Amino acid sequence: MTQATVQSKARLSSGSVAGKAKKPLSDGKRSERKLGWLLCLPAAVVMVVVTIYPIVYSVMLSLQRYDLRFPDKKGFVGFANYATVLTNSFWWRAFAVTMVITVVSVVFELVLGMTLAMVMHRTVIGKGFVRTLALIPYGIVTVAAAYGWQYAWTPNTGYLAQLPLWSGSAPLTHQASSLAIIILAEIWKTTPFMALLLMAGLAIVPEELQKAAAMDGASPWQRFTKVTLPLMKPAILVALLFRVLDAVRVYDNIYVLTNGANGTSSLSITTYHNLISGLNLGIGSTMSVLMFITVALIAFIFIKVFGTAAPGSENTGRR
Amino acid sequence: MRPHNHRGRLRTSLAVGAAAIMASTLVTACGSGSTGTPTINLYNAPQQNLAAMVANCNKAANGKYQIKLNTLPRTADQQREQLVRRLAAGDSGLDILGLDVTWTAELAEAGWIREWTGADRAEAEKGTLAAPLKTAQWDGKLYAAPYNTNVQLLWYRADLLPKPADTWAGLQKQAEQLAAANKPHYVEAQGAQYEGLTVWFNSLVASAGGSVLDSSGTKVSMGQPSVKAMQTLRDFANSKAADPSLTNTQEDPARLQLEGGFAAAEVNWPYVYPAMQANTAVKFKKDFKWAPYPGIDGPGKSPLGGSNFAISKYSAHPAEAFDAALCLRSPANQKIAATKDGLPPTIESVYHDDTPLDATKKAGPDNPSMATAYPMRDAILSALKTAAPRPVTPTYQNVSTVIQAALSPPGSIDPAATETYLHDQVDNALQSKGVLP
Repeated sequence: MTQATVQSKARLSSGSVAGKAKKPLSDGKRSERKLGWLLCLPAAVVMVVVTIYPIVYSVMLSLQRYDLRFPDKKGFVGFANYATVLTNSFWWRAFAVTMVITVVSVVFELVLGMTLAMVMHRTVIGKGFVRTLALIPYGIVTVAAAYGWQYAWTPNTGYLAQLPLWSGSAPLTHQASSLAIIILAEIWKTTPFMALLLMAGLAIVPEELQKAAAMDGASPWQRFTKVTLPLMKPAILVALLFRVLDAVRVYDNIYVLTNGANGTSSLSITTYHNLISGLNLGIGSTMSVLMFITVALIAFIFIKVFGTAAPGSENTGRR
Repeated sequence: MRPHNHRGRLRTSLAVGAAAIMASTLVTACGSGSTGTPTINLYNAPQQNLAAMVANCNKAANGKYQIKLNTLPRTADQQREQLVRRLAAGDSGLDILGLDVTWTAELAEAGWIREWTGADRAEAEKGTLAAPLKTAQWDGKLYAAPYNTNVQLLWYRADLLPKPADTWAGLQKQAEQLAAANKPHYVEAQGAQYEGLTVWFNSLVASAGGSVLDSSGTKVSMGQPSVKAMQTLRDFANSKAADPSLTNTQEDPARLQLEGGFAAAEVNWPYVYPAMQANTAVKFKKDFKWAPYPGIDGPGKSPLGGSNFAISKYSAHPAEAFDAALCLRSPANQKIAATKDGLPPTIESVYHDDTPLDATKKAGPDNPSMATAYPMRDAILSALKTAAPRPVTPTYQNVSTVIQAALSPPGSIDPAATETYLHDQVDNALQSKGVLP
């Protein structure tokens, strides 16, 4: 997100505003600008207190040996915590697990979300009803839904665990089947969100273009791939960015379904186990910082390489 | 309107807003705890009849203090998380903490609980059994008053196993015979990847004559006894005695499998006895018996559990809190906990106390005594003499987590290699260097 603002600022200064920069401001303009800053101030102060300070603090913690159980052994250790985490197999397994969950769930969500968006967009009768119905999973608290999945997959109590296909086994006790269930729960939960974002994109595609393409003899599939998709690209990229960033931080479903047992820990779960259960602020903060960097990198790639930008803004990233 | 006015108003409204927020915080801050009688907040795991015990102590305090019972979450991990999170923040709303036996060292080393000294210490130690008392100590000092203890026993169906073997290998053989006769043959054990697996493994290591850590709690010892324990664990997991869902079995599923008629025996805590008596659907109730915990070459060493009362460093009324904690663990209250909630006492005399709860009436189902509700009390007492305490270290959580991860699933342990790997992992965990999975 910050990249987007930086970029748009850069554009502004290099473009139209550049010429006016030298011109002195009138008194009214100046005081108006001052008032603007003042109005921003409370928000800025809140941002500094609730986001910048914790981020800086966790970076500082990550450079220390800081275990709450050994208050006497605190001390600066440089990048030793980073070396410990980055050479640890649990961390890289969690990284791999997180990436698998992210890629698989987002791909499914995109395809299903697009289908759902098309259905909601094209529905003529009961539009409101269909949209409400589709949004139900997204409206359910994730932890509550996760418990539902957990019971459903527990042998003896769950209807899904009793299906003849895998009856007699406990799917939540094996890595592959647990991951599949976690991904399923994620897809079920967030496909409506994806669909909602994509539907907003679908609404921008002008009906005339579709009609013109149809007139020229384009098949429905051609109209979809040659007209709809290119015009929707900004909306799709934003939806993907949101979902990928969300999926990388996946926590609640795993916490309820397996709590990281049998090699299903995601980055967030591993961080939580070290920071909160392990009371190891040094190692835990190191993991938080590494996750922050991962998320920032993903956002950077989306914005710089794929050219994601807020839909509706005049600059749609790099083209 | 001139800009100056704008600013003036803005400033005023900001000031008013800020003042309002501050005032409301002050009001809430003053709202609690300024009455005459100090409130002592007790945080404990869910226990059905604890409220009655709290009421007894409030009555005995006679206005000196008022204990307020706060119930922690159901699982041990969640209980610990709530406690340590609030203690780390210096929360003064906690006075008496019901601690699992494995947390003493951690909280003491962090400086979050107070040492028991003088008369309070003498009272907490008086007549207390040695094994549970040791779980309340760290670094030669007493940090908690033992409230209840716990040992696992072998519970079995005498109609299927008239004479259960006293070793794991023996039980495996008996299970094979039962399986050949097409009878229920599982021996339930806690093989899921959680604290129960550490408990089981630790007990096996002790039965093999070793320990996970040395007596100082600062070095790994493991070695050959650990390899032997791992072999036993792996062989059991791959035998006819193991339930197919062993890797998912915790205490309660184990109990339910036996009550449901699917198993011939289980290793479990004594709470399974009252649970079995309360289950009306079971036909083999009178054949439900107990025996010492199985071992490797002979009788084993039972896992040791239980909970202790500690006083928070941040308590505003420590003197009253110590007093209240001593009352809650008094012999009379321990008898209630034992006969009504199935929690084994830490004070030895309670085991030999044959007076029913209401001394004026005859003992019976509604008026239990240790004899009627606790027929296995002698077995528990003798198991306590040899029970295997879990490693004592401030980093117990880390040590236990890496043990669970390394031994899961038990069926695919490669003893020598796993021992080398785990040795390294536990060593890292002790120095709080390692990463938890």
